[in-house]
Amino acid sequence: MDALIAPLLNGSAQGALLLLAALGLSLTFGQMGVINMAHGEFLMIGAFTAYLVQQVIASSDLSIPVALPVALVVAGLFGLLLEVTVIQWMYRRPLDTLLVTVGVSLILRQAALQIFPSQGVPVEKPGWLDGQLNILGYEWPLRQLFSILLAAVCVAALAAWLKYTSFGRRIRATVHNRDLAETSGISTRTVDRLTFFAGSGLAGVAGVAASLIGGTNSQMGVQYIIAAFLVVAAGGIGQLKGTIIAAWAVGVTLSYFAYWTTGSLAQVLAFILVIVFLQLRPQGLVTVRTRSLV
Amino acid sequence: MTKSKPWISLSGIGLFAVLLLAVAPLVLTDHWLNNLGKYCCWAIAAVGIGLAWGRGGMLVMGQGVFFALGAYSMAMHLTLETAGDRIPGFMVLYDPLAPLPVFWEPFRSTGFTLLAIVLLPVLLASSLGYALFKRRVKGAYFAILTQALAVALATLISSTIRETGGDTGLSDFKYFFGFVLNDPANKRMVYLIAAALLIVCLFAVWQLYRSRFGELLVATRDAEERVRFLGYDPANVKLVAFVVSALMASIGGAMFVPIVGIITPAEIGAAASILMIAGVAFGGRASLFGPALGAIAVGWGQSSLGSTWPDGWTYILGLLFIVVILFLPNGLSSLPARFTAARRSPDRQPAPAIVAAELEEARP
Amino acid sequence: MTDASLVVTDLHVEFSGFVAVGGVSFDAHPGEVRFLIGPNGAGKTTCIDAITGLTRATGSARLGGKELLGRPVHKIVRLGVGRTFQTASVFDELTVLQNLDIAAGRHRRSASLLRARRGTDGSIEQALEETGLAGEFATPSGILSHGQKQWLEIAMLLVQDAKVLLLDEPVAGMSQDERTATGELLQRIAAKRIVLVVEHDMDFMRRFATRVTVLHQGRVLSQGAVAEVQADPKVQEVYLGTAGAATTAAMSVVPEAAAGTHQRKED
Repeated sequence: MDALIAPLLNGSAQGALLLLAALGLSLTFGQMGVINMAHGEFLMIGAFTAYLVQQVIASSDLSIPVALPVALVVAGLFGLLLEVTVIQWMYRRPLDTLLVTVGVSLILRQAALQIFPSQGVPVEKPGWLDGQLNILGYEWPLRQLFSILLAAVCVAALAAWLKYTSFGRRIRATVHNRDLAETSGISTRTVDRLTFFAGSGLAGVAGVAASLIGGTNSQMGVQYIIAAFLVVAAGGIGQLKGTIIAAWAVGVTLSYFAYWTTGSLAQVLAFILVIVFLQLRPQGLVTVRTRSLV
Repeated sequence: MTKSKPWISLSGIGLFAVLLLAVAPLVLTDHWLNNLGKYCCWAIAAVGIGLAWGRGGMLVMGQGVFFALGAYSMAMHLTLETAGDRIPGFMVLYDPLAPLPVFWEPFRSTGFTLLAIVLLPVLLASSLGYALFKRRVKGAYFAILTQALAVALATLISSTIRETGGDTGLSDFKYFFGFVLNDPANKRMVYLIAAALLIVCLFAVWQLYRSRFGELLVATRDAEERVRFLGYDPANVKLVAFVVSALMASIGGAMFVPIVGIITPAEIGAAASILMIAGVAFGGRASLFGPALGAIAVGWGQSSLGSTWPDGWTYILGLLFIVVILFLPNGLSSLPARFTAARRSPDRQPAPAIVAAELEEARP
Repeated sequence: MTDASLVVTDLHVEFSGFVAVGGVSFDAHPGEVRFLIGPNGAGKTTCIDAITGLTRATGSARLGGKELLGRPVHKIVRLGVGRTFQTASVFDELTVLQNLDIAAGRHRRSASLLRARRGTDGSIEQALEETGLAGEFATPSGILSHGQKQWLEIAMLLVQDAKVLLLDEPVAGMSQDERTATGELLQRIAAKRIVLVVEHDMDFMRRFATRVTVLHQGRVLSQGAVAEVQADPKVQEVYLGTAGAATTAAMSVVPEAAAGTHQRKED
C-alpha cells in the first residue's frame, strides 16, 4: 500500500510547491511573454527570508506564519526591482529576457552562496507541523499537508484577486489584449509592475514552504525553475485551472518515477513524457497565428 | 548579409587558420596551447549555436547534451584503450566482479567510436527536432525543453557511477588512437586537430550562410508563417540547422576529451550549456566569426578567472549576459557596423528583424 | 467551368462554438478578377485562411479537382495556391531579389539549396518587370514603401508560379495612383491565373472587379457581376442596416438605392 500511497501524497505536496512556483511564472509569461529564469532564485529568496525571520523571532511556531507575508513582500520587491531595472527595457525582445534573467539568476545564486553558509541554513519547523497524519497506513508528514493547504489558499486568493478587484480585471484585460487595454486607458506599465511583484511574491511564499520540506541553500531555485516552466507549458498559458492540474500531475508523476526507478532516471523519463505529451496535445504549446481569439 | 564580398569572409577564415595552426603553436607554451585547444572545442560548439540561434532563431540551451554525446563516446573509447583487456579501473572500484556494461563494448572499435560521434547527435537531434518543430514548438518553449534535457542527462550521468563514472567523470586517458597522450608532440597534434576542425566548421557555416539555405533560414527565423506560404515546410529548414549544430557540438565534445583529459557531468549540464550560449551572445550570434571568438574569450575567462577568482567570475558572467543582451544584442561583432551606422544616421535603430522574429515567437 | 477553377462548396469554419463561416460556396476562374467583399466580421479573411490551410474547416475547396482542405499549409501552396496578408509580410532583412529567390525556390531540389545563388532566374526578372520593382532588386525589402512591399508580395506569388492568388486587402494604405497601378497589375495577372481579392475599398472593387461575392455573417448574401450585386436589395439592407462603419462605403456602392432603403424601413 505504501508503494502506491506514499508517492501520491509526496508528489501532491511537491506539486503544490510547483504550483506556487508556476503561478508567478505563468502570470508574467502569459501577460508579458517574459520568461523569468531568475524566478527560481526568488523562491530561494523566500526560503532564506524564512531563515532570517527565525533569527529575529526565535519561536518557530510564530516565525513561519510571520515569514509567509514577509517573504511575499521581500521576493516581490526583488521582482519589482528586476522589472524596473532590466525587464522593462526588453519587452519587445522576449526571448532575450530569458537570457538576461539567466545572468540575474547566476548573480543572485552566487550572492546567496557568499552571504550564507555554502552547505545551506537550517529552517526550524514549527511544532504544530511536527506530527504525521495516518493515511491508509502511511505516516504522512503534516508539513506536506501544509504546503498543499498553502497552495490552495494562494490559488484561491489569486483567483479572487484577479476576478473581483479592479486591478485584477486590468491584469486580465492586459493578458487578453495588450494593445486594446492600453487604448482603453489602462496603464500597462503599472499593471506589468504589479504582476511582476505578485508573481515573484508567490515564488517567495513557495520558498517558505520549500524550506520546511527540503534544504535551504543557494542551489534550491535551480531544482524548481525547469519543472515549474514545464508545468506552465503543459497547463496552458494564463490558464489557472490547467496550471493546477499540470502542477499536480507533474509532481505526482515525478514522485512515482523516482519511487519506481530509484533515482534520477525519473527526470529523463519525465522529459520524454513531456515530449510525448506535446505530440498528443500540443494545444498548450502551439503558436499558430490566426486571427481568431486563440 | 555580407553577400557581395565573399572573399572578405574567406580571407578572415584564412587569417584565423594561420593564427591558430601556424602562429599559436610557435608563440604559445605547451600549457597555453592546450588551453587554446580547449577553447577551440567550445568554439566548435559555439559555431553550431550561432547557426541554430543566430541565423535560425532557435535558442539551443542544451548543447551540452550533444557535447556530451561526442565527449563520452570518445572518453569511453580512450578509457577502454587505456584499460586494454581489463575492466576500466573505476568500475572495478565499485564492483570488482561485474562485467563491462553492454553499451561500452562497441566503443573498443575505433571506427564505431568515430561513427558514434557523428551519428549519435544526428539521430538524437533529428528525432527531438522532428518531434518539436513539426508540432511548432518554438521560442522559449524550445529553449527550456533543450535546457531540461541537459539537466536530465547530467543528472542521469551523475547517478550512474559504475557505468559512466558519475560525478567524477572519466579521466586518466593514456592513449589517443595509439598515440601516447603524455608526449608533448602528440598533445600538439591533438591541438592541431581541434583547431583544424574549428576552421572546417567555420568554412562549413560560411558556405551555409551564403547559400540559398542560409537565406531561407534567416527568412524562417524572421517570418516562419510566411515561409510556410511559400511552399516550404519551416520545420525541415530548422531541423537541418539544428542537426548541424548538434553535430558540431558533438565534435567539440569529442576533441575536448583528449585535450582536457577529463569529462564530467559538470562540463555538459545546464551551467555548461549556458556558458556556451554566453560566448555566442558575447561575440555576436548571427555573425560568422562572433560565436567562435566569443567562445574563445569566455573560455579564456572561465579557465583563468574561473580558477583564480571563481566568485568574481560568476558575477562577471552574470553581468556579461545582462549587459550584452541589454545593450548589444548582436554582440561585439555588431560594434563596427554600429559605429558606421551611427555616423551615417544617428537615430537609426539596429536589428529590427531579430526583434520582429521574437515578437512573433512570444505570442502565446 | 474549366479544370483550372477554384471551387469552394459549403465551407464551414467554427471557432469554439462561434460560426465564422457557415456554408459559403463560390467559384473563381482564370481570366477574371474575383472580389470577396462584406462588412467587418463577415468571414472574408477566414474563408482565405480556410482555403490556405491556416484554419481548420469543413466542406470542400477544390483547385482543378484536387481537394485542398485537410492538407498542411505548405502542401496546399505546392498545389499552386498563394496568398498575401493584410499586413505586408516580406523578409525585411533580405533584399528584394533574395525575397523573390526564396519564393522561386520551391521548384528546386533540396541539394541545390546548399549552393550560393548565381545569376537570376528568368521568372524573377519577369516578375520584377511586371510589378515595377526592377530598379529595387538590391534594396533590403525592410525599407521599401508600403505599396512596394505589397507589390513585392504579388511578385513573390508570380515567381512561385501560383495558379491561385488570394490577396487580402492588397490596396489598403495605398495612394490613388498606386491603387490604379495595382488594379491594372491584377487585371494583367488574371489573364492566366485565378485572382481572388478580399477588399474593403468599394471604389477599387467597382473599377476592377469582374465578379463579386458579398459575404455577411459568414454566409453568401449575393454574388454576380458588379452591377447585379449593387442592385440586390439584400446587399443594400446589410450595408445600410447593420454595418455602421461601412455605411459610407456602401453608399458609394449603391448610391441610387440608398434613399429607397430608408423609405422601405419607414413603411
